Amino acid sequence: MIYNEKYETMDIDEKKELQLRRLQKIVKTAYEKVPFYKKKFDDAGVKPEDIKTLKDIEKIPFTTKADLREAYPFGMFAVDEEEIVEIHTTSGTTGKPTVTGYTKKDIGIWQEIIARAIVMAGGGKKDIIQNGYGYGLFTGGLGVHHGGYKLGAIVVPMSSGNTKRQLEIMSDFQTTILTCTPSYAMYLAESLEKIGLTKKDISLKTGIFGAEMWTSEMRDKLEEKLGIDALNIYGLTELTGPGVAMECLEKSGLHISDDHFYPEIIDPKTKKSLNEGEKGELVLTTLTKEGMPVIRFRTKDLTSINWNKCKCGRTTPRISRISGRSDDMLKVRGVIVFPSQIESAILKIEGLTPNYQIIITRPEFLDEIDILVEATPALFSDEMKEMEEIEIKIANEIKKEIGLRVNLQIVESESLPRSEGKAVRVIDKRNLEN
Amino acid sequence: MKIKQLSVFIENKEGRLKKTINTLVKADINIRALSIADTSKFGILRLIVSDFKKAKNILEEDGFVVKETDVIAVEIPDETNGLGSVLTILDKEEVNLEYLYAFVSKQSHQAIVVFRVQNIEKSIKLLKNENLKLLNQKDLEEF
Repeated sequence: MIYNEKYETMDIDEKKELQLRRLQKIVKTAYEKVPFYKKKFDDAGVKPEDIKTLKDIEKIPFTTKADLREAYPFGMFAVDEEEIVEIHTTSGTTGKPTVTGYTKKDIGIWQEIIARAIVMAGGGKKDIIQNGYGYGLFTGGLGVHHGGYKLGAIVVPMSSGNTKRQLEIMSDFQTTILTCTPSYAMYLAESLEKIGLTKKDISLKTGIFGAEMWTSEMRDKLEEKLGIDALNIYGLTELTGPGVAMECLEKSGLHISDDHFYPEIIDPKTKKSLNEGEKGELVLTTLTKEGMPVIRFRTKDLTSINWNKCKCGRTTPRISRISGRSDDMLKVRGVIVFPSQIESAILKIEGLTPNYQIIITRPEFLDEIDILVEATPALFSDEMKEMEEIEIKIANEIKKEIGLRVNLQIVESESLPRSEGKAVRVIDKRNLEN
Repeated sequence: MKIKQLSVFIENKEGRLKKTINTLVKADINIRALSIADTSKFGILRLIVSDFKKAKNILEEDGFVVKETDVIAVEIPDETNGLGSVLTILDKEEVNLEYLYAFVSKQSHQAIVVFRVQNIEKSIKLLKNENLKLLNQKDLEEF
Protein backbone atom coordinates (compact mmCIF):
# COMPACT_ATOMS: atom_id res chain seq x y z
CA MET A 1 0.00 0.00 0.00
CA ILE A 2 1.13 3.50 -0.79
CA TYR A 3 -0.37 6.41 1.11
CA ASN A 4 0.16 9.12 -1.48
CA GLU A 5 0.56 7.55 -4.92
CA LYS A 6 0.91 10.89 -6.64
CA TYR A 7 4.02 12.02 -4.82
CA GLU A 8 5.50 8.70 -3.77
CA THR A 9 5.50 7.23 -7.27
CA MET A 10 5.99 10.43 -9.24
CA ASP A 11 8.04 10.30 -12.41
CA ILE A 12 11.59 11.45 -11.63
CA ASP A 13 11.67 14.28 -14.16
CA GLU A 14 8.33 15.57 -13.00
CA LYS A 15 9.61 15.38 -9.42
CA LYS A 16 12.72 17.37 -10.33
CA GLU A 17 10.58 20.10 -11.85
CA LEU A 18 8.45 20.21 -8.74
CA GLN A 19 11.53 20.33 -6.54
CA LEU A 20 13.06 23.18 -8.53
CA ARG A 21 9.87 25.24 -8.33
CA ARG A 22 9.64 24.66 -4.61
CA LEU A 23 13.33 25.32 -4.06
CA GLN A 24 13.20 28.64 -5.88
CA LYS A 25 10.20 29.67 -3.83
CA ILE A 26 11.62 28.71 -0.44
CA VAL A 27 15.01 30.26 -1.13
CA LYS A 28 13.29 33.50 -2.01
CA THR A 29 11.17 33.39 1.15
CA ALA A 30 14.16 32.59 3.33
CA TYR A 31 16.15 35.43 1.81
CA GLU A 32 13.35 37.94 2.22
CA LYS A 33 12.02 36.91 5.61
CA VAL A 34 14.97 35.61 7.63
CA PRO A 35 17.84 38.06 8.23
CA PHE A 36 20.19 35.14 8.88
CA TYR A 37 19.74 33.85 5.34
CA LYS A 38 19.93 37.29 3.77
CA LYS A 39 23.28 37.88 5.39
CA LYS A 40 24.53 34.43 4.51
CA PHE A 41 23.51 34.77 0.87
CA ASP A 42 24.88 38.29 0.59
CA ASP A 43 28.21 37.27 2.14
CA ALA A 44 28.48 34.47 -0.39
CA GLY A 45 27.39 36.73 -3.25
CA VAL A 46 24.36 34.60 -4.09
CA LYS A 47 20.92 35.88 -4.97
CA PRO A 48 17.73 33.81 -4.95
CA GLU A 49 17.45 34.44 -8.71
CA ASP A 50 20.73 32.55 -9.21
CA ILE A 51 18.92 29.28 -8.55
CA LYS A 52 18.03 28.25 -12.08
CA THR A 53 18.57 24.52 -11.79
CA LEU A 54 18.60 22.07 -8.88
CA LYS A 55 22.37 21.87 -9.21
CA ASP A 56 22.54 25.60 -8.43
CA ILE A 57 21.69 24.75 -4.83
CA GLU A 58 25.42 24.08 -4.43
CA LYS A 59 26.05 27.84 -4.65
CA ILE A 60 24.17 28.39 -1.41
CA PRO A 61 26.10 28.25 1.87
CA PHE A 62 25.32 25.50 4.37
CA THR A 63 23.30 25.95 7.53
CA THR A 64 24.74 24.29 10.61
CA LYS A 65 23.42 23.38 14.01
CA ALA A 66 25.52 26.21 15.43
CA ASP A 67 23.67 28.68 13.17
CA LEU A 68 20.33 27.46 14.47
CA ARG A 69 21.58 27.69 18.04
CA GLU A 70 22.64 31.23 17.56
CA ALA A 71 19.14 32.12 16.42
CA TYR A 72 17.68 30.71 19.65
CA PRO A 73 14.82 30.89 20.27
CA PHE A 74 12.80 32.30 17.34
CA GLY A 75 15.42 33.94 15.13
CA MET A 76 14.94 31.52 12.23
CA PHE A 77 11.19 31.93 11.89
CA ALA A 78 10.03 33.16 8.49
CA VAL A 79 6.49 34.03 9.54
CA ASP A 80 4.89 36.16 12.24
CA GLU A 81 4.60 34.40 15.55
CA GLU A 82 0.82 34.42 15.23
CA GLU A 83 1.16 31.99 12.33
CA ILE A 84 3.08 29.49 14.48
CA VAL A 85 0.89 26.84 16.11
CA GLU A 86 3.40 24.43 17.62
CA ILE A 87 6.97 24.44 18.80
CA HIS A 88 9.48 21.69 19.38
CA THR A 89 13.11 21.71 20.38
CA THR A 90 16.07 19.40 20.29
CA SER A 91 17.08 17.87 23.61
CA GLY A 92 20.05 20.17 23.93
CA THR A 93 22.35 17.36 25.04
CA THR A 94 25.19 18.76 22.98
CA GLY A 95 24.58 22.41 23.80
CA LYS A 96 21.78 24.93 23.71
CA PRO A 97 18.68 23.37 22.18
CA THR A 98 17.47 24.47 18.76
CA VAL A 99 13.87 25.45 18.20
CA THR A 100 11.54 24.52 15.37
CA GLY A 101 8.28 26.35 14.76
CA TYR A 102 5.39 24.96 12.71
CA THR A 103 2.52 26.70 10.97
CA LYS A 104 -0.77 24.85 10.50
CA LYS A 105 0.35 23.85 7.04
CA ASP A 106 3.68 22.60 8.40
CA ILE A 107 1.86 20.38 10.88
CA GLY A 108 -0.24 19.11 7.97
CA ILE A 109 2.88 18.13 6.05
CA TRP A 110 4.34 16.46 9.11
CA GLN A 111 1.12 14.48 9.50
CA GLU A 112 1.31 13.54 5.84
CA ILE A 113 4.88 12.20 5.95
CA ILE A 114 4.23 10.20 9.12
CA ALA A 115 1.05 8.77 7.58
CA ARG A 116 3.16 7.76 4.57
CA ALA A 117 5.63 6.13 6.96
CA ILE A 118 2.99 4.12 8.80
CA VAL A 119 1.50 2.87 5.54
CA MET A 120 5.02 2.02 4.34
CA ALA A 121 5.32 -0.18 7.41
CA GLY A 122 2.14 -2.00 6.41
CA GLY A 123 -0.05 0.01 8.78
CA GLY A 124 -3.54 1.31 8.17
CA LYS A 125 -6.69 2.62 9.81
CA LYS A 126 -7.28 -0.57 11.73
CA ASP A 127 -3.93 -0.61 13.43
CA ILE A 128 -3.37 0.15 17.07
CA ILE A 129 -0.18 2.13 17.40
CA GLN A 130 1.54 2.02 20.75
CA ASN A 131 3.51 5.23 20.66
CA GLY A 132 6.46 4.88 23.00
CA TYR A 133 8.31 7.96 21.83
CA GLY A 134 8.48 10.64 24.48
CA TYR A 135 5.70 13.22 24.34
CA GLY A 136 6.68 16.81 24.89
CA LEU A 137 9.23 19.05 23.25
CA PHE A 138 10.83 15.99 21.63
CA THR A 139 9.41 15.55 18.13
CA GLY A 140 9.10 11.75 18.33
CA GLY A 141 5.98 11.50 20.45
CA LEU A 142 3.79 14.17 18.91
CA GLY A 143 5.12 13.53 15.41
CA VAL A 144 3.89 9.95 15.38
CA HIS A 145 0.75 11.08 17.15
CA HIS A 146 -0.05 13.67 14.46
CA GLY A 147 0.57 11.15 11.66
CA GLY A 148 -1.43 8.33 13.21
CA TYR A 149 -4.33 10.74 13.68
CA LYS A 150 -4.21 11.81 10.05
CA LEU A 151 -4.17 8.21 8.88
CA GLY A 152 -7.08 7.33 11.14
CA ALA A 153 -5.29 4.63 13.09
CA ILE A 154 -5.73 4.24 16.83
CA VAL A 155 -2.85 5.95 18.58
CA VAL A 156 -2.17 4.90 22.17
CA PRO A 157 -0.19 7.84 23.55
CA MET A 158 2.05 5.89 25.93
CA SER A 159 5.12 8.14 25.75
CA SER A 160 8.36 6.54 26.90
CA GLY A 161 8.98 4.79 30.20
CA ASN A 162 6.60 3.06 32.56
CA THR A 163 7.66 -0.28 31.14
CA LYS A 164 5.28 -2.44 33.14
CA ARG A 165 2.30 -0.46 31.89
CA GLN A 166 3.66 -0.59 28.34
CA LEU A 167 3.68 -4.38 28.45
CA GLU A 168 0.21 -4.55 29.99
CA ILE A 169 -1.20 -2.30 27.29
CA MET A 170 0.66 -4.22 24.61
CA SER A 171 -0.95 -7.47 25.65
CA ASP A 172 -4.37 -6.15 26.75
CA PHE A 173 -4.96 -3.90 23.73
CA GLN A 174 -3.16 -6.28 21.38
CA THR A 175 -1.35 -3.34 19.86
CA THR A 176 -0.07 -4.03 16.36
CA ILE A 177 2.53 -1.33 15.80
CA LEU A 178 5.16 -0.21 18.26
CA THR A 179 6.91 3.12 17.81
CA CYS A 180 9.88 3.98 20.03
CA THR A 181 13.67 4.07 20.02
CA PRO A 182 15.29 0.73 19.14
CA SER A 183 17.08 0.62 22.47
CA TYR A 184 13.80 1.01 24.33
CA ALA A 185 12.21 -1.64 22.11
CA MET A 186 15.00 -3.98 23.17
CA TYR A 187 14.38 -3.15 26.80
CA LEU A 188 10.66 -3.85 26.32
CA ALA A 189 11.52 -7.19 24.69
CA GLU A 190 13.78 -8.14 27.60
CA SER A 191 11.16 -7.09 30.11
CA LEU A 192 8.54 -9.11 28.30
CA GLU A 193 10.64 -12.24 28.70
CA LYS A 194 11.13 -11.44 32.33
CA ILE A 195 7.43 -11.47 33.12
CA GLY A 196 7.20 -14.84 31.43
CA LEU A 197 5.63 -13.72 28.15
CA THR A 198 6.85 -14.37 24.63
CA LYS A 199 6.16 -12.86 21.24
CA LYS A 200 3.25 -15.28 20.96
CA ASP A 201 1.43 -13.46 23.75
CA ILE A 202 1.45 -10.14 21.93
CA SER A 203 0.11 -9.07 18.55
CA LEU A 204 2.80 -6.70 17.33
CA LYS A 205 3.51 -6.97 13.64
CA THR A 206 5.70 -3.96 13.03
CA GLY A 207 8.05 -1.68 14.87
CA ILE A 208 8.84 1.82 13.62
CA PHE A 209 12.10 2.57 15.35
CA GLY A 210 14.30 5.62 15.17
CA ALA A 211 15.67 8.73 16.89
CA GLU A 212 19.00 7.00 17.41
CA MET A 213 21.46 5.05 15.35
CA TRP A 214 21.10 1.30 15.18
CA THR A 215 22.47 -1.58 13.18
CA SER A 216 20.97 -4.30 11.02
CA GLU A 217 22.17 -6.83 13.62
CA MET A 218 20.00 -5.01 16.14
CA ARG A 219 17.14 -5.28 13.67
CA ASP A 220 17.58 -9.06 13.51
CA LYS A 221 17.46 -9.29 17.31
CA LEU A 222 14.36 -7.12 17.64
CA GLU A 223 12.56 -9.02 14.88
CA GLU A 224 13.39 -12.32 16.47
CA LYS A 225 12.44 -11.32 20.00
CA LEU A 226 9.23 -9.47 19.18
CA GLY A 227 8.14 -11.37 16.06
CA ILE A 228 7.92 -8.20 13.99
CA ASP A 229 9.30 -6.34 11.01
CA ALA A 230 11.57 -3.79 12.62
CA LEU A 231 11.73 -0.74 10.36
CA ASN A 232 13.92 2.29 10.46
CA ILE A 233 12.49 5.81 10.54
CA TYR A 234 14.60 8.91 10.15
CA GLY A 235 14.11 12.54 10.87
CA LEU A 236 15.52 15.59 12.57
CA THR A 237 13.87 18.11 14.81
CA GLU A 238 15.65 20.89 12.95
CA LEU A 239 13.79 19.97 9.77
CA THR A 240 10.45 18.80 11.21
CA GLY A 241 10.98 15.60 13.18
CA PRO A 242 10.56 11.92 12.37
CA GLY A 243 9.23 10.97 8.94
CA VAL A 244 11.77 12.72 6.73
CA ALA A 245 12.66 9.22 5.56
CA MET A 246 11.24 5.80 6.28
CA GLU A 247 12.02 2.22 5.38
CA CYS A 248 9.43 0.20 3.51
CA LEU A 249 8.92 -3.52 4.05
CA GLU A 250 11.57 -4.26 1.40
CA LYS A 251 14.09 -3.11 4.01
CA SER A 252 16.53 -1.81 1.46
CA GLY A 253 16.93 1.82 2.37
CA LEU A 254 14.79 4.63 3.73
CA HIS A 255 12.52 6.49 1.32
CA ILE A 256 12.94 10.25 1.61
CA SER A 257 9.81 12.29 1.08
CA ASP A 258 11.75 14.37 -1.41
CA ASP A 259 8.78 16.43 -2.42
CA HIS A 260 9.26 18.10 0.97
CA PHE A 261 12.95 17.54 1.70
CA TYR A 262 15.68 17.87 -0.90
CA PRO A 263 18.63 15.59 -0.20
CA GLU A 264 22.29 15.98 -1.12
CA ILE A 265 25.36 14.03 -0.09
CA ILE A 266 28.61 15.86 0.50
CA ASP A 267 32.10 14.95 1.55
CA PRO A 268 32.16 16.24 5.14
CA LYS A 269 35.76 17.36 4.78
CA THR A 270 35.86 19.04 1.36
CA LYS A 271 32.12 19.90 1.47
CA LYS A 272 31.92 18.99 -2.22
CA SER A 273 28.88 17.15 -3.55
CA LEU A 274 29.34 13.44 -4.05
CA ASN A 275 28.01 11.20 -6.80
CA GLU A 276 25.11 8.82 -6.49
CA GLY A 277 25.88 5.86 -4.28
CA GLU A 278 28.89 7.48 -2.65
CA LYS A 279 28.84 7.66 1.10
CA GLY A 280 29.05 11.01 2.78
CA GLU A 281 27.17 13.48 4.93
CA LEU A 282 23.49 14.02 4.27
CA VAL A 283 22.49 17.64 3.62
CA LEU A 284 18.80 18.46 3.60
CA THR A 285 16.74 21.43 2.48
CA THR A 286 13.11 21.86 3.43
CA LEU A 287 11.12 22.53 0.25
CA THR A 288 7.75 23.38 1.73
CA LYS A 289 8.28 24.50 5.30
CA GLU A 290 6.65 27.84 6.07
CA GLY A 291 7.39 28.44 9.73
CA MET A 292 11.08 27.80 9.55
CA PRO A 293 12.69 27.08 6.19
CA VAL A 294 16.04 25.35 6.58
CA ILE A 295 18.37 25.58 3.60
CA ARG A 296 21.20 23.07 3.11
CA PHE A 297 21.27 21.81 6.66
CA ARG A 298 24.31 19.72 7.51
CA THR A 299 22.81 16.75 9.30
CA LYS A 300 26.19 15.18 10.21
CA ASP A 301 24.56 11.84 9.42
CA LEU A 302 26.59 9.59 7.14
CA THR A 303 24.74 7.73 4.42
CA SER A 304 24.43 7.35 0.65
CA ILE A 305 21.51 7.84 -1.73
CA ASN A 306 20.04 5.32 -4.15
CA TRP A 307 17.78 6.83 -6.83
CA ASN A 308 16.61 3.54 -8.35
CA LYS A 309 12.95 2.70 -8.16
CA CYS A 310 12.21 0.43 -5.22
CA LYS A 311 10.50 -2.96 -5.51
CA CYS A 312 7.68 -1.51 -3.43
CA GLY A 313 6.80 0.75 -6.38
CA ARG A 314 7.92 4.03 -4.88
CA THR A 315 10.20 6.27 -6.88
CA THR A 316 11.36 8.34 -3.93
CA PRO A 317 15.14 8.09 -3.39
CA ARG A 318 16.40 5.90 -0.59
CA ILE A 319 19.12 6.67 1.90
CA SER A 320 21.05 3.77 3.37
CA ARG A 321 20.88 3.08 7.10
CA ILE A 322 22.77 5.86 8.87
CA SER A 323 26.14 4.30 9.63
CA GLY A 324 27.49 7.04 11.81
CA ARG A 325 27.58 10.74 12.43
CA SER A 326 30.49 12.76 11.28
CA ASP A 327 30.59 14.15 14.81
CA ASP A 328 30.27 10.92 16.79
CA MET A 329 33.04 9.45 14.79
CA LEU A 330 35.71 8.51 17.29
CA LYS A 331 39.36 8.82 16.63
CA VAL A 332 41.17 6.29 18.74
CA ARG A 333 44.92 5.90 18.42
CA GLY A 334 44.54 7.75 15.15
CA VAL A 335 42.05 5.26 13.76
CA ILE A 336 38.51 6.26 12.87
CA VAL A 337 35.93 4.19 14.70
CA PHE A 338 32.17 4.38 14.61
CA PRO A 339 30.19 3.04 17.55
CA SER A 340 27.93 1.26 15.05
CA GLN A 341 30.88 -0.91 13.96
CA ILE A 342 31.35 -2.07 17.52
CA GLU A 343 27.64 -2.79 17.87
CA SER A 344 27.73 -4.85 14.68
CA ALA A 345 30.58 -6.95 16.00
CA ILE A 346 28.97 -7.45 19.39
CA LEU A 347 25.66 -8.56 17.99
CA LYS A 348 27.31 -11.11 15.74
CA ILE A 349 28.23 -13.10 18.83
CA GLU A 350 25.70 -15.58 20.08
CA GLY A 351 24.49 -14.74 23.55
CA LEU A 352 25.53 -11.09 23.64
CA THR A 353 22.86 -8.46 24.18
CA PRO A 354 22.70 -4.99 22.64
CA ASN A 355 23.43 -3.56 26.07
CA TYR A 356 27.00 -2.43 25.87
CA GLN A 357 29.14 0.54 26.67
CA ILE A 358 32.22 1.94 24.99
CA ILE A 359 34.57 3.81 27.29
CA ILE A 360 37.55 5.63 25.88
CA THR A 361 40.36 6.79 28.09
CA ARG A 362 43.91 8.04 27.70
CA PRO A 363 45.75 6.80 30.78
CA GLU A 364 49.15 8.09 29.60
CA PHE A 365 49.67 9.02 25.97
CA LEU A 366 47.85 6.19 24.31
CA ASP A 367 44.10 5.80 23.91
CA GLU A 368 42.44 2.76 25.39
CA ILE A 369 39.00 1.40 24.49
CA ASP A 370 37.16 -0.50 27.16
CA ILE A 371 34.11 -2.32 26.01
CA LEU A 372 31.63 -3.48 28.58
CA VAL A 373 29.20 -6.22 27.69
CA GLU A 374 26.74 -7.93 29.95
CA ALA A 375 27.05 -11.55 31.03
CA THR A 376 24.25 -13.82 29.89
CA PRO A 377 23.71 -17.51 30.64
CA ALA A 378 24.91 -18.32 27.12
CA LEU A 379 28.11 -16.39 27.73
CA PHE A 380 28.90 -17.65 31.17
CA SER A 381 30.94 -20.70 31.88
CA ASP A 382 31.78 -22.21 35.21
CA GLU A 383 35.34 -22.65 34.04
CA MET A 384 37.86 -19.85 34.04
CA LYS A 385 39.68 -20.95 30.93
CA GLU A 386 36.44 -20.93 28.97
CA MET A 387 35.58 -17.48 30.30
CA GLU A 388 38.95 -16.26 29.12
CA GLU A 389 38.34 -17.79 25.72
CA ILE A 390 34.97 -16.06 25.50
CA GLU A 391 36.58 -12.70 26.31
CA ILE A 392 39.25 -13.22 23.68
CA LYS A 393 36.67 -14.26 21.12
CA ILE A 394 34.58 -11.12 21.63
CA ALA A 395 37.62 -8.84 21.63
CA ASN A 396 38.84 -10.46 18.41
CA GLU A 397 35.47 -10.05 16.73
CA ILE A 398 35.56 -6.34 17.56
CA LYS A 399 39.16 -6.05 16.45
CA LYS A 400 38.24 -7.59 13.12
CA GLU A 401 35.63 -4.87 12.65
CA ILE A 402 37.56 -1.78 13.79
CA GLY A 403 41.18 -2.85 13.48
CA LEU A 404 42.05 -1.96 17.05
CA ARG A 405 42.74 -3.97 20.15
CA VAL A 406 40.13 -3.39 22.84
CA ASN A 407 39.91 -4.24 26.51
CA LEU A 408 36.87 -6.35 26.87
CA GLN A 409 35.10 -6.58 30.14
CA ILE A 410 32.14 -8.76 30.93
CA VAL A 411 29.95 -7.14 33.55
CA GLU A 412 26.99 -8.45 35.50
CA SER A 413 23.70 -8.80 33.70
CA GLU A 414 21.46 -5.75 33.87
CA SER A 415 24.24 -3.63 35.29
CA LEU A 416 24.55 -1.27 32.33
CA PRO A 417 22.07 1.61 32.22
CA ARG A 418 18.89 1.03 30.22
CA SER A 419 17.41 3.88 28.27
CA GLU A 420 13.85 4.91 27.70
CA GLY A 421 14.85 7.31 24.99
CA LYS A 422 18.15 7.67 23.23
CA ALA A 423 20.76 5.29 24.58
CA VAL A 424 24.16 6.60 25.66
CA ARG A 425 26.68 4.01 24.50
CA VAL A 426 29.89 5.97 24.28
CA ILE A 427 31.69 7.59 27.17
CA ASP A 428 34.76 9.47 26.07
CA LYS A 429 36.81 10.28 29.15
CA ARG A 430 39.75 11.69 27.25
CA ASN A 431 40.30 15.34 27.82
CA LEU A 432 41.24 16.34 24.32
CA GLU A 433 40.74 20.05 24.81
CA ASN A 434 44.17 20.51 26.35
CA MET B 1 26.00 -39.38 43.28
CA LYS B 2 26.30 -36.23 41.27
CA ILE B 3 25.85 -33.04 43.19
CA LYS B 4 24.55 -29.76 41.87
CA GLN B 5 26.84 -26.83 42.22
CA LEU B 6 25.77 -23.30 41.37
CA SER B 7 28.19 -20.94 39.68
CA VAL B 8 27.46 -17.25 39.79
CA PHE B 9 29.10 -14.57 37.68
CA ILE B 10 30.18 -11.63 39.80
CA GLU B 11 32.18 -8.59 38.96
CA ASN B 12 35.36 -8.04 40.89
CA LYS B 13 33.96 -4.94 42.54
CA GLU B 14 33.29 -3.80 46.04
CA GLY B 15 30.13 -5.23 47.57
CA ARG B 16 29.29 -7.71 44.82
CA LEU B 17 29.92 -10.86 46.86
CA LYS B 18 27.95 -9.43 49.74
CA LYS B 19 25.04 -8.73 47.43
CA THR B 20 25.03 -12.32 46.24
CA ILE B 21 25.12 -13.65 49.78
CA ASN B 22 22.32 -11.29 50.84
CA THR B 23 20.13 -12.73 48.11
CA LEU B 24 20.69 -16.23 49.47
CA VAL B 25 20.07 -15.18 53.05
CA LYS B 26 16.78 -13.63 52.00
CA ALA B 27 15.62 -17.05 50.78
CA ASP B 28 16.92 -18.83 53.85
CA ILE B 29 19.57 -20.73 51.92
CA ASN B 30 22.53 -22.24 53.73
CA ILE B 31 25.88 -22.34 52.04
CA ARG B 32 27.62 -25.69 52.56
CA ALA B 33 30.78 -24.87 50.67
CA LEU B 34 32.08 -22.23 48.37
CA SER B 35 35.07 -21.26 46.31
CA ILE B 36 35.86 -18.29 44.14
CA ALA B 37 37.95 -18.24 41.01
CA ASP B 38 38.80 -14.71 40.05
CA THR B 39 40.59 -12.43 37.68
CA SER B 40 41.12 -8.71 38.22
CA LYS B 41 37.79 -8.05 36.49
CA PHE B 42 35.39 -10.78 37.50
CA GLY B 43 34.97 -13.86 39.58
CA ILE B 44 33.14 -17.13 39.37
CA LEU B 45 31.52 -17.92 42.67
CA ARG B 46 30.92 -21.63 43.07
CA LEU B 47 28.45 -22.70 45.70
CA ILE B 48 27.12 -25.87 47.23
CA VAL B 49 23.91 -24.95 48.99
CA SER B 50 21.14 -26.53 51.04
CA ASP B 51 18.52 -26.10 48.30
CA PHE B 52 20.02 -25.48 44.87
CA LYS B 53 16.72 -25.10 43.01
CA LYS B 54 15.44 -22.43 45.33
CA ALA B 55 18.83 -20.75 45.37
CA LYS B 56 19.04 -20.71 41.57
CA ASN B 57 15.56 -19.22 41.25
CA ILE B 58 16.13 -16.47 43.76
CA LEU B 59 19.51 -15.55 42.26
CA GLU B 60 18.07 -15.36 38.77
CA GLU B 61 15.18 -13.29 40.02
CA ASP B 62 17.70 -10.84 41.40
CA GLY B 63 19.33 -10.62 37.99
CA PHE B 64 22.38 -12.83 38.52
CA VAL B 65 23.68 -15.05 35.76
CA VAL B 66 23.78 -18.54 37.25
CA LYS B 67 24.94 -21.89 35.89
CA GLU B 68 24.21 -25.31 37.25
CA THR B 69 27.15 -27.69 37.17
CA ASP B 70 27.48 -31.32 38.18
CA VAL B 71 30.28 -32.05 40.60
CA ILE B 72 31.18 -34.89 42.95
CA ALA B 73 31.82 -34.56 46.67
CA VAL B 74 34.10 -37.18 48.18
CA GLU B 75 34.85 -37.86 51.80
CA ILE B 76 38.62 -38.02 52.06
CA PRO B 77 40.21 -40.37 54.59
CA ASP B 78 41.87 -38.44 57.38
CA GLU B 79 45.36 -39.74 56.86
CA THR B 80 48.61 -38.73 55.25
CA ASN B 81 48.20 -38.68 51.52
CA GLY B 82 44.39 -38.95 51.84
CA LEU B 83 43.83 -36.54 48.94
CA GLY B 84 46.84 -37.91 47.09
CA SER B 85 45.40 -41.40 46.98
CA VAL B 86 42.09 -40.14 45.56
CA LEU B 87 43.92 -38.14 42.92
CA THR B 88 45.98 -41.18 42.01
CA ILE B 89 42.79 -43.15 41.28
CA LEU B 90 41.61 -40.48 38.84
CA ASP B 91 45.04 -39.91 37.41
CA LYS B 92 45.58 -43.56 36.57
CA GLU B 93 42.49 -43.54 34.38
CA GLU B 94 43.41 -40.20 32.84
CA VAL B 95 40.43 -38.31 34.19
CA ASN B 96 41.05 -34.59 33.80
CA LEU B 97 40.41 -32.39 36.78
CA GLU B 98 39.03 -28.89 36.15
CA TYR B 99 39.15 -27.69 39.73
CA LEU B 100 38.54 -28.75 43.30
CA TYR B 101 37.89 -27.25 46.70
CA ALA B 102 37.41 -28.65 50.16
CA PHE B 103 35.36 -28.23 53.30
CA VAL B 104 34.87 -30.12 56.54
CA SER B 105 31.77 -32.11 57.33
CA LYS B 106 30.05 -31.09 60.53
CA GLN B 107 28.76 -34.61 61.14
CA SER B 108 31.73 -36.80 60.38
CA HIS B 109 34.41 -34.17 60.90
CA GLN B 110 35.94 -35.54 57.76
CA ALA B 111 37.32 -33.47 54.92
CA ILE B 112 35.02 -33.34 51.91
CA VAL B 113 36.54 -32.49 48.56
CA VAL B 114 34.41 -31.22 45.71
CA PHE B 115 35.71 -32.29 42.30
CA ARG B 116 34.78 -30.91 38.92
CA VAL B 117 35.99 -33.45 36.39
CA GLN B 118 35.58 -33.92 32.69
CA ASN B 119 34.19 -37.41 32.84
CA ILE B 120 31.88 -37.45 35.81
CA GLU B 121 30.20 -40.86 35.37
CA LYS B 122 33.51 -42.60 34.97
CA SER B 123 34.97 -40.84 38.00
CA ILE B 124 32.03 -41.86 40.19
CA LYS B 125 32.50 -45.46 39.17
CA LEU B 126 36.23 -45.36 39.85
CA LEU B 127 35.88 -43.81 43.27
CA LYS B 128 33.08 -46.13 44.31
CA ASN B 129 35.15 -49.14 43.28
CA GLU B 130 37.73 -47.98 45.79
CA ASN B 131 35.03 -47.84 48.50
CA LEU B 132 35.26 -44.10 48.91
CA LYS B 133 32.22 -42.33 50.34
CA LEU B 134 30.48 -40.01 47.90
CA LEU B 135 27.94 -37.55 49.20
CA ASN B 136 24.58 -37.19 47.52
CA GLN B 137 22.27 -34.18 47.22
CA LYS B 138 20.27 -35.29 50.23
CA ASP B 139 23.38 -35.42 52.42
CA LEU B 140 23.87 -31.76 51.67
CA GLU B 141 20.30 -30.79 52.41
CA GLU B 142 20.44 -32.36 55.85
CA PHE B 143 24.04 -31.56 56.42
